[in-house]
Amino acid sequence: MSFKVSFSVPRPAATPHSRRCWELQFLEPVFSRARPARPSRSVMLRATSRLPAARAATTLSAQPRGRRPAPRRRRKELHFPGHPELPLGDFLAGRLARPRVPAGRRAILRRGRMPPAVGRGLAGSELRPRRGRCGSQAARAVGPDVAAEATARSPKRPAPGSRRFEAAGRWALLALVTLMSFATRFHRLDEPPHVCWDETHFGKMGSYYINRTFFFDVHPPLGKMLIGLAGYLSGYDGTFLFQKPGDKYEHHSYMGMRGFCAFLGSLLVPFAYLTVLELSQSLPAALLTAALLTFDTGCLTLSQYILLDPILMFFIMAAMLSMVKYNSCANRPFSAPWWFWLSLTGINLAGALGVKFVGLFIILQVGWNTLSDLWHLFGDCSLSMVRTQVTMGKHLTARILCLIVLPMALYTATYAIHFMVLSKSGPGDGFFSSAFQARLSGNNLHNASIPEYLAYGSVITVRNLRMAIGYLHSHRDLYPEGIGARQQQVSESSVHLCGSRAKLSAVTEPAVTTYLHKDYNNLWIIKKHSTNSDPLDPSLPVEFVRHGDIIRLEHKETSRNLHSHYHEAPLTRKHYQVTGYGINGTGDSNDFWRIEVVNRKFENRIKVLRSQIRLIHLATGCVLGSSGKILPKWGWEQFEVTCSPYLKGTLNSIWNVEDHINPKLPNISLDVLQPSFPEILLESHMLMIWVLWPLPIWWLLYELLGLHKCGSQISNYGNSGLKPKDNEFTSKPWHWPINYQGLHFSGISDMDFRVYLLGNPVVWWLNLLSIGLYLLSGSIVAVAVQRGARLPAEVEGLSWVLLRGGGQLLFGWMLHYFPFFLMGRILYFHHYFPAMLFSSMLTGILWDTLLRLCAWSLACFPLAGGIHAVGILSLLLGIAYSRVLGREASAQVNLDPLGEGLDSAQGV
Amino acid sequence: MGFLQRPVVVTADINLNVVALTAVGLLSRLWQLAYPRAVVFDEVYYGQYISFYMKRIFFLDSSGPPFGHMLLALGGYIGGFDGNFLWNRIGAEYSSNVPVWCLRLLPALAGALSVPMAYQIVWELGFSPCAAMGAALLVLIENALVTQSRLMLLESVLIFFDLLAVLSYLKFFNSQKHRYGRRGVSSPAGNSLSSQLTALLCPRPFSLSWWFWLTLTGMACSCAVGVKYVGVFTYLLVLGVAAVHAWHLIGDQTLSNVCVLCHLLARAVALLVIPAATYLLFFYVHLALLCRSGPHDQIMSSAFQASLEGGLARITQGQPLEVAYGSQVTLKNAFGKPVPCWLHSHQSTYPVIYESGRGSSHQQQVTCYPFKDVNNWWIIKDPRRHQLVVNNPPRPVRHGDIVQLVHGMTTRFLNTHDVAAPLSPHSQEVSCYVDYNISMPAQNLWRLDIVNRESDAEVWKTILSEVRFVHVNTSAILKLSGAHLPDWGFRQLEVVGEKLSRGYHESTVWNVEEHRYGKSQEQKERELELHSPTESDISRNLSFMARFSELQWRMLTVRSDDSEHKYSSTPLDWVMLDTNIAYWLHPRTSAQIHLLGNIVIWASASLATMVYALLFLWYLLRRRRKVYDLPEDSWLRWVLAGALCAGGWAVNYLPFFLMEKTLFLYHYLPALTFQILLLPVVFEHISNHLCRSQLQRSLFGALVVAWFASACHVSNTLRPLTYGDRSLSPSELKALRWKDSWDILIRKY
Repeated sequence: MSFKVSFSVPRPAATPHSRRCWELQFLEPVFSRARPARPSRSVMLRATSRLPAARAATTLSAQPRGRRPAPRRRRKELHFPGHPELPLGDFLAGRLARPRVPAGRRAILRRGRMPPAVGRGLAGSELRPRRGRCGSQAARAVGPDVAAEATARSPKRPAPGSRRFEAAGRWALLALVTLMSFATRFHRLDEPPHVCWDETHFGKMGSYYINRTFFFDVHPPLGKMLIGLAGYLSGYDGTFLFQKPGDKYEHHSYMGMRGFCAFLGSLLVPFAYLTVLELSQSLPAALLTAALLTFDTGCLTLSQYILLDPILMFFIMAAMLSMVKYNSCANRPFSAPWWFWLSLTGINLAGALGVKFVGLFIILQVGWNTLSDLWHLFGDCSLSMVRTQVTMGKHLTARILCLIVLPMALYTATYAIHFMVLSKSGPGDGFFSSAFQARLSGNNLHNASIPEYLAYGSVITVRNLRMAIGYLHSHRDLYPEGIGARQQQVSESSVHLCGSRAKLSAVTEPAVTTYLHKDYNNLWIIKKHSTNSDPLDPSLPVEFVRHGDIIRLEHKETSRNLHSHYHEAPLTRKHYQVTGYGINGTGDSNDFWRIEVVNRKFENRIKVLRSQIRLIHLATGCVLGSSGKILPKWGWEQFEVTCSPYLKGTLNSIWNVEDHINPKLPNISLDVLQPSFPEILLESHMLMIWVLWPLPIWWLLYELLGLHKCGSQISNYGNSGLKPKDNEFTSKPWHWPINYQGLHFSGISDMDFRVYLLGNPVVWWLNLLSIGLYLLSGSIVAVAVQRGARLPAEVEGLSWVLLRGGGQLLFGWMLHYFPFFLMGRILYFHHYFPAMLFSSMLTGILWDTLLRLCAWSLACFPLAGGIHAVGILSLLLGIAYSRVLGREASAQVNLDPLGEGLDSAQGV
Repeated sequence: MGFLQRPVVVTADINLNVVALTAVGLLSRLWQLAYPRAVVFDEVYYGQYISFYMKRIFFLDSSGPPFGHMLLALGGYIGGFDGNFLWNRIGAEYSSNVPVWCLRLLPALAGALSVPMAYQIVWELGFSPCAAMGAALLVLIENALVTQSRLMLLESVLIFFDLLAVLSYLKFFNSQKHRYGRRGVSSPAGNSLSSQLTALLCPRPFSLSWWFWLTLTGMACSCAVGVKYVGVFTYLLVLGVAAVHAWHLIGDQTLSNVCVLCHLLARAVALLVIPAATYLLFFYVHLALLCRSGPHDQIMSSAFQASLEGGLARITQGQPLEVAYGSQVTLKNAFGKPVPCWLHSHQSTYPVIYESGRGSSHQQQVTCYPFKDVNNWWIIKDPRRHQLVVNNPPRPVRHGDIVQLVHGMTTRFLNTHDVAAPLSPHSQEVSCYVDYNISMPAQNLWRLDIVNRESDAEVWKTILSEVRFVHVNTSAILKLSGAHLPDWGFRQLEVVGEKLSRGYHESTVWNVEEHRYGKSQEQKERELELHSPTESDISRNLSFMARFSELQWRMLTVRSDDSEHKYSSTPLDWVMLDTNIAYWLHPRTSAQIHLLGNIVIWASASLATMVYALLFLWYLLRRRRKVYDLPEDSWLRWVLAGALCAGGWAVNYLPFFLMEKTLFLYHYLPALTFQILLLPVVFEHISNHLCRSQLQRSLFGALVVAWFASACHVSNTLRPLTYGDRSLSPSELKALRWKDSWDILIRKY
């Protein structure tokens, strides 16, 4: 919902022409600049400009001048007589305040209840019912009568020249904010010239795109594709290995990728500035927000490296901004800017989701906003039922088109490009189904040809569907004493079966460039349960295996049968142990398994790669599955395979046949079995969701892809600590807002250049305080409104800003923060930064509003109006000063070899 | 003397419906209650706790707060149970000393009273007596509710308190409405005893009955939470509804500000303060009852253990309170994960080269050992003196003192140095210094840091003080890493020196558990006698709040690793009753008890919820367009019924999707009860507002009657599985297996 404000500041004169659309000034600066020349041209042009918030600040000058006729100095020195020495104040004044108000007007303002500065600030901040092209939010909020009244009170349109100055001032301010942001982000961007923190992943993945090597990651591909593109365009050739943090880049060109991330990160500040400006219509609030973000060390650090976060935050903030912009166009549906901002929202949503699944939160926010928007439209009883249905239909269609169809299409398109670009076999193959792997050139399934249907005597490999990385595997090692089958430890070799993780970890070796070669220990021969005759005997006819058949699986290397019995499995005590048993294929009735096809599309026969099968143990009735637990050292840390008495079908117990060798059958090309694009899409999503969930697999992923965090030797943790990285890096959600502990980006102990991700404590604690204050003041205002208190117009306007604008931001903060409490996976400090952006914006709006309210309530005292200006300025200066302090602290950090001063800085 | 002039008249207005419903409820729940005389399903767990209560042995159950267990134990107390029964397997016959009937009585009563309460709730929601009767009858014949009520299980108690909370809130809300004089059409006032009382006592805000129902709401909520944690969802629902009503109250501008404030304060006290206090009371009683040490002591801190009779208290009783130089102590780690353990060392040394190829200092191992052992003893030594005995008078160790820790058996010094620890290479190795390696000087000074000190000069106290050892040379902190050492370390737990310690973590905190003054020589022993140790009554030192917070925290954090169960199910299986639980099978015949619902009721209740949601949405959209299909008061009734019944279903059902623990069908029963209440509401609404003609209305009524008859029939058919009183033949059992996913036990002869 857009915020709606109504404010009626007593104004001496009224003209309806002072309503302009701020949005279009960004789109069409030419128009707005042209506008003053012909003020009353057409509705359309009129609406292109709206009373800018900038004027709020311009009038800061009015008060001192009104109260104390200062000698007319040049603008730059004029406006903050109390603080002429403050550079920022100077700057503000220079950009914003101009001697523009006619004398008679001033007099009237002085007589008003509000101190002129605040009154004028509010005049800018608000409150003007905009009935032009984009402006009737206020009118909607308060009803036509108030709007008309307010219209009547609108101030006289200033002279055209002054408006041009105003626009210029606003643009200059925006430019300055942007410039500051870029300057801080790009300052010493090339340092440190080695791999920092997660650059090792994302840089590597960028390289994969350049090399077109297939990989798997838990995040959607867009962010890494963009990094890869940036690297490609800036001349990076994809040869750097990104092996571990601390590796020197040397001659490799990495600045393109860092520059790209820093560029997106720099845009966050102007985006936040514009969002706050749009929500509060108050320049001081926007400036405060911009200062918070510009001078926050955390945001700065996070924007400077090859990471997904700047890209993600860019899309989140862009979506937020375009949503807010589009809200202010709500009164002018189906116009060009309306369509523009709506579709831009959709595009940014796709972007956010395409970078990380955290993008879902902003989608929820936009979705909620859209729903409440539609709800209000629906309740608009000024239209007849029929008209409403038509209008609602149009609105609904537009939103579905722009906010659902368009993002979906774009999101799918990123995947299409992803799969198109990554056409070569690489480290991610093992995660995907065999059918998928057939697509990848270099994979041994590529262009392979194998028999299509399973027959007795076939030599096969069996792969677990759920585990996505596990083949049914066996080797000569025995189960250790005391575990499971005790009866046959001495003479029989009982063989345990595992998903072959150890084998796959060979992928991490750089020498292996193709897909792993088959381990012979994965091969099984499928035999009839009743006879032991060689089914490959050419005299016998080919007999296909069918759904429901009773079979034996003989391990090819050891000639033992897949066997289960009533002994508890080594780790999952409630399941039965699975072993290899028998000599030369002769075992007992515990070797019999019934084969069942889950997706019975192929006439009960079992199709290679595509049929999903279950193996039911005949004697005990349990089902063969993998528990997903990792065996201790004696099992080579492979996955445990068990026979589960609980038949509840999960993917754990579903397998498919991958390799298939049978000389009696004709081979077909695997290409015909290749999955279609929707299947690929579904598969990769299933995989991502599954990997994101449980902890051990996450750890495994790092091992598999060689994504170790620097220095942590995972294998040392053995079975006891299934944690991916050192305990210190992870944190709990409640740590974040209080800036409890940071994140080492670079330089654990011995490097001279150290980077530590930690927020500027002043900024963060101010944000925290602001949230509390907001809740307090928000509830006071809400109760007052509910009690039907008659608020003065100024206060009412401010309360609307607080409740509507602030409410949206608070909602955004909650959406981007609270879900993390529910997440079981490992969390890091940097997960909080999207939420931090929202809370900074909230801080801006809150303090501006509170100070205005304060100034208003003290209006009877002289100089009360200055409270607002002084308050905002001191906040700005305080933030800037804290940054300077932080810089000094960081200098100390760089000198301090023991790292004791690591609390407050970033090594820039 | 007014009562002499006017006769004292007590008018009791008794609603026979309620009486009748109570009677049949009792009949259905109490009939043959002591059968089967064997442990049925989860009675095996709850029975254990009852035994613990009877023997007053401390235990820790992470499944829920103690109120429910205490109620069950109350049954045992009434029946004179002595707690002597081995609850070891399902199906075991009860011995004669177990008062089965009494033990099962309270859950059964709770289940029986749910029936008239369902009647009252629908009635108070403003629907017709017919609908109210329907709701009560549905609760009466729902097989799963019957089964669950008749055993020593807590779901029926939970449902009872859930319903009581909702009912008393409704009573409160309706008595509030009297003030405005717009009571609903079908006002039950004057029909039941309580309503009569309400009318008698002048139903105004802040009247006696107003307070009674408001307080009862709070009490019932806290009882529900006290029985099982899931009760918290109903509590939140009631709080939410109360908040919305309070918000309307704030908006009521006919009330003065003071009046509104009083209203809000009364609600805050009754719905927030009283429940919290009651919840604490449960724990107070719980801890007061359980005063003896038991099997779960190990999980708790030393101070807590010492507050129990027996166990650690027996060891620690009479030991000196203040740790002095020369004290012999055992040091327990406060973290207790993966297992509680004590700082330990032994003769073996670290291997020269680890498997990973790194080297070690090859000095004596220091580990954390989860069992009592003579190697757990350490002596606190003053670095400036050589003696290992306590002076006369003892010189206590204070916060900030530099100490050395000497291993009692090997007299080697606790040491750490810049060598990577065996399993945590980022941390320093901790060893007992062996001086054969001259290149590594001894670094055995530790600064004592008392974490929970009140002043900087505080003395190190046995059991009570939580201390950290900060290494003087390297600032490393002695820490339990939680990793198991390989075979060379005898699979004990690794202890490391943490270099970059960020803030407080329990794994770096230790406390003295056993303590005695050093008495290595005869003479010293005599000295010890002379300076008789200060008696430390630790149990008195630990306040109730400290014990409560520790117990609550442990209950919430202890994870029992129950992974999979034959009858576990997912929330999706519950809505349409795709699963059941076999509770008990007769040892010889095939008589059996199942948790199996009345599938007609389950399915139609789910359907009714859907119909309600759709209708609600439809009305809402129409109202938005200013089309008012319903009169205002029926709309309000419709919304309130939905908020409480459909809402009650949602809050008791949906959170299970987020839970990671093993789930069973009985977790759905509270949600189901609320769903059943919604069923007659929806029927009445359809009949009153959607059937346009009398004919349609009659037809619909006939349909409902037919449907109800079928529900009764199903209930009757499943009755043998509910009561387990009749042995069915295999073919009959097969015939009862209406869904493939139902697991009905068929004996193979």
